Amino acid sequence: MNSFDSNPATNSLISSEADSQRTLYPYVTGTSVVGIKYKDGILLAADMGGSYGSTLRYKSVERLKPVGKHSLIGASGEISDFQEIMRYLDDLILSDNMWDDGNSLGPKEVHNYLTRVMYNRRNKFNPLWNSLVLGGVKNGQKYLGTVSMIGVHYEDNHVATGFGNHLARPLLRDEWRENLTFEEGVILLEKCMRVLLYRDRSAVNKLQIAKITEEGVTISPPYSLKTFWNFSAFENPTHGAEGSW
Amino acid sequence: MFRNQYDTDVTTWSPAGRLFQVEYAMEAVKQGSAAIGLRSKSHVVLACVNKANSELSSHQKKIFKVDDHVGVAIAGLTADGRVLSRYMRNECINYFYTYESQLPVGRLVVQLADKAQVCTQRSWKRPYGVGLLVGGLDESGAHLYYNCPSGNYFEYQAFAIGSRSQAAKTYLERKFVSFMASSRENLIKDALFALRETLQGEKLTSSACTIAVVGVGEAFHILDQETVQALINEFEIAGEEAAAPDQAGVDEPSAADDQAAPVDQSAAPMDM
Repeated sequence: MNSFDSNPATNSLISSEADSQRTLYPYVTGTSVVGIKYKDGILLAADMGGSYGSTLRYKSVERLKPVGKHSLIGASGEISDFQEIMRYLDDLILSDNMWDDGNSLGPKEVHNYLTRVMYNRRNKFNPLWNSLVLGGVKNGQKYLGTVSMIGVHYEDNHVATGFGNHLARPLLRDEWRENLTFEEGVILLEKCMRVLLYRDRSAVNKLQIAKITEEGVTISPPYSLKTFWNFSAFENPTHGAEGSW
Repeated sequence: MFRNQYDTDVTTWSPAGRLFQVEYAMEAVKQGSAAIGLRSKSHVVLACVNKANSELSSHQKKIFKVDDHVGVAIAGLTADGRVLSRYMRNECINYFYTYESQLPVGRLVVQLADKAQVCTQRSWKRPYGVGLLVGGLDESGAHLYYNCPSGNYFEYQAFAIGSRSQAAKTYLERKFVSFMASSRENLIKDALFALRETLQGEKLTSSACTIAVVGVGEAFHILDQETVQALINEFEIAGEEAAAPDQAGVDEPSAADDQAAPVDQSAAPMDM
C-alpha cells in the first residue's frame, strides 16, 4: 500500500483529491475486545490501554461505550476513529429519539448501520481503522455481533477482536455455554483477559467489564487482574529454544 | 364548494384561513371509489371496490404492497397513488438496506405526510389528489393510518374513504369496539360487510372488490379471487344477521336505483 501512495501516478486512480485526509495507518490503538452472551444479556471486556506504536502510552482509555438504550459498543484499533464513530452513533441515536414515537433502534439495527459505514469507507480507500463489537438486548432478544475495518460482519454467541480471536475464542469455544450466570460470565471473561495480558504485548493490566441487559447498561470501574508469574514457562522462557530471547 | 378569488394558487390563503386548492384536492379523494381499512391488535385488513370502466377493460389497481409488513389502499387520482406507493417502497427498501430491519409504519406515514405538505407550500406544485389508507405492522402491533392530501395523517381503528364511504363508516362505527380483539377471519368479514354498504344494494362479487391482509406472522398480500368469493358466499349463506335491522337499503339486491350518497356537509374538510 505504501508504494502506491508515494507514486503520484497511481494516487489519483485510487483516491479522491483530498488525499492528505485519508487514514493510511493507525497511530493510537486499542487492543482486543471480548464479548459473550449470557443469561440476562451481553458481557463485554476490554482493557484501557491506548498504545502509540509499541509504547503503552495511554492507560485510561475507555473502549466500551453505551449506544442508545439497547446497545453497547467496544472498539479496538485507532482511538480517534472510534471517537468519530461515537459521533456518528450519537447523531444516529439523536435522530432516532427525535421521532418521539414508540420505536427505537436496537442492537441489530446499529450493527447493520455500522457495517454500512465501515464498508462504505473501505470502498473509498479511507477506512475507519477499527474492529468493533456491538452487543445488546431488545425485547428479550440478545444480540452480539462484530464489524471489521473492511466491513466483514457476523453475529455469534461469543466474539472478539484482534488478538482476542486467537487467544480468547478458543477458550470460549470450549467453555462457553447457554445461560451462563453473570458471575460465571465474568470469570470466563477474566480468564480470557488474563491470557491476553500474559501474551499480548499491547495489553495493559487495567480493564473494564460492561454488561447490558433489558434494564440497561453498567460499565464497571477500572480494575486489575491478579497475575501469576511462577509458571515454569515464564521462569526460563527460552528453555527448549536455544538462541532465542 | 363554490369558486372564489382565493382558489387559484395553493399558496394563496383565503381570508377565512383556508387553502382552497388543498380542500379541492380532498374533494378528489371523495370522488374516487371506496377504500376501507380496519385493524385488530395483530392484523390489518384493507378492502376496496374495484369496478372496471367497461366490460372490455381491466380494473384499476388500488391496493399496493409496499413491503412485507406494509400495504396501502388508495382513493382518488390513482396515478398520484402509484407514485406515492413507489416512494414508500423505496423508503422501506432503503431503511432495510441500512438497518436490516423493517421501517416502522409510524415513521413511514410521517415521511409521507411531510412529502404531501411540501406540495401545499410551493407555488409550482399541486397537492397530491389521493388519500391513502396505510396498513402495517411495527414493534407495537398492527396500525392503520389515513394520509390526506393536506399533509395530515391520523391513526384509526377503522376508516373508509372515497365515494359512498359514509355508509361504510356508519357500519364501522357500530362495530369498531370489537375490532381490537377480533380474529383475522372476523376482521375480513367486517371488511366485506363494510364494503357491501358502499355498494348501496348492488351484489358484492369478488370480481368487483379487492381484499388485502397483513398480520403478525403474515406478510402483506392480496387475497386471490377464489378465496374472496368463498368468503363472500360463506357470509351470505350465514345470513344477514350481522347486518342490523336499522341499516338503510341493505336488503337483497332488489333496490332498483342507486340512492344519492348523503352530501358531506363539512365546514372545513381538513377537520377530518
